[in-house]
Amino acid sequence: MSRDPRPSVVWARQARLTLVVAKKDAMIYYLKAPVITFGLIFPVFFFLAFAIGRSMPPGALVPGMLAMAVFFSASAVGPLITPWERQARTYERLATSPASLEAILLGDLLAAAAFGAAVSLIPLGLGLAVTSAHVVSPGRLLSGVTLGAVAFGALGVLLAARGTNAPSEVMMLSNLVRLPLIFVSGVFVPLADLPAWSQWVGVLSPLSYCVDLVRASLGETAIFPPWVSAGALVAFAAAFVALAVLFHRRRRWTGT
Amino acid sequence: MDAIDVRGLTRRYGSLLAVDHVSFTVRQGEILGFLGPNGAGKSTTVRMLTGYLAPSEGTALLDGHDIVTDGLAARQRLGVVPEEASVYQDLTVWQNVMLMAELYGVPRARRTRHGGELLALFGLDARKVDKGRSLSKGLRQRLMLCMALVGEPAILFLDEPTTGLDVASARLIRETVSRMNREQGLTVFLTTHNLEEANELCHRVAIIHRGRLAAVDTPQALRGTIEARRSVEVVFAVAPCAMPAVSDPRAVIETFAGGAGIRIYTSMPGAAAQEVAAWAMECGLDIESIATRAPSLEEVFLAITGPRAPAAEARR
Repeated sequence: MSRDPRPSVVWARQARLTLVVAKKDAMIYYLKAPVITFGLIFPVFFFLAFAIGRSMPPGALVPGMLAMAVFFSASAVGPLITPWERQARTYERLATSPASLEAILLGDLLAAAAFGAAVSLIPLGLGLAVTSAHVVSPGRLLSGVTLGAVAFGALGVLLAARGTNAPSEVMMLSNLVRLPLIFVSGVFVPLADLPAWSQWVGVLSPLSYCVDLVRASLGETAIFPPWVSAGALVAFAAAFVALAVLFHRRRRWTGT
Repeated sequence: MDAIDVRGLTRRYGSLLAVDHVSFTVRQGEILGFLGPNGAGKSTTVRMLTGYLAPSEGTALLDGHDIVTDGLAARQRLGVVPEEASVYQDLTVWQNVMLMAELYGVPRARRTRHGGELLALFGLDARKVDKGRSLSKGLRQRLMLCMALVGEPAILFLDEPTTGLDVASARLIRETVSRMNREQGLTVFLTTHNLEEANELCHRVAIIHRGRLAAVDTPQALRGTIEARRSVEVVFAVAPCAMPAVSDPRAVIETFAGGAGIRIYTSMPGAAAQEVAAWAMECGLDIESIATRAPSLEEVFLAITGPRAPAAEARR
């Protein structure tokens, strides 16, 4: 155990603790058959419910389905981890360990993002195998999936920071935030085809930028330049994590 | 350098003052018992010292590291068993221990060896691959001790570690903590309601009452602070038909053991013993046993924290 107080050593130690927290989350929360199944089934069926009966070529379903898989799988479990741990009385020991608050939250984010990106490979593989969709820009696809997973994982971390120990309340809040985003982010219908008010609201949704990158990677028209989408996803992720840190710190100060 | 140096630690919840400018020290290798009634501020103090709650005022140094400005280094020195905490139910016994070792940065070879030793020490080696959810409360508490100790802490915080445990688990925990203190110089901060446990384990005891520190001293010295609860116990061969008179005007005489025994609470137990012996000889009563008795820690606790307790002023 190093006691070296140099900032670089402290940073390296906290980075390692981020990985330890992510591994803990993966073992306890993510690598469970029901979680993986839910992460796949929910976006696929949600999308099919919209698409069936409409005159859409099968390949056109793939970008929306892929973005939804990233969105739902990366943000599904994260909001519940802290409330679960507070309720199961394991959180206090984690918080009193040498892992900083930032390391704990980034560990939660990392696990969520890795899960979201990994799960999204299945609808992507299926889409490419059974439809006419094909990847024209692997770079945009990679950045859309990974940065999207990071931003949605960060959204989960932010939702978990709300001052409650009741998972049911967090679940309600989580769905209240996530479900409306689907309809204003160009998932079902490209952003350019949505009404003007919806386009304006869509600009405020991180999902819009993920969908845009994924659409462009599969040869469809992008609304935003790729660097804008990538930058927006990074900015959303940073803002969500910063807010989550703020909420957790406030809770530590108020003792609620 | 003291292991724990608490300086004016204060915690407010809105208008409620839960911990009010508490100051004390814990020496290296000392076991300090932290006692107090429910709601006195014990757990809030522990939560501030372990970095879970921020103090409203004041601070504390743990092994020289400030809990407010140098919290990560301070926490690196601690092992914590929080009140009512639990283990990860979906991880095995071994995975729980290894997770904590990784969080404390223990290298792989050392954590494997030390984790195995701790499981053997707490009688958990046969349950290594069992999930946390399958353990009884006693075994869970033993596992939490393993998790707190695997990081090789200098200071161990135990918040009600034996509450609700079976006799064997409670005893094992007490004996192990005591042995680690004696042999390895482990500093222990023990919050407990069990006064017998505090009396048995602790070098010193701190009593917190209504958020303020009411007393800090050795159990023996604390017992000496309430002279009125010193007593003489006399057991006669047959129950006396009258009560002896003693010269202490504040003495209180009670009978026990079917009336054949009497207990006299007095500030002068030696003189009272002599007076009772002389009275028994005059009356022709045979004395089976006679002993002077100091007040118990429980009596000290009640005198300090009971409804008629004086305002908390630390007695050191």
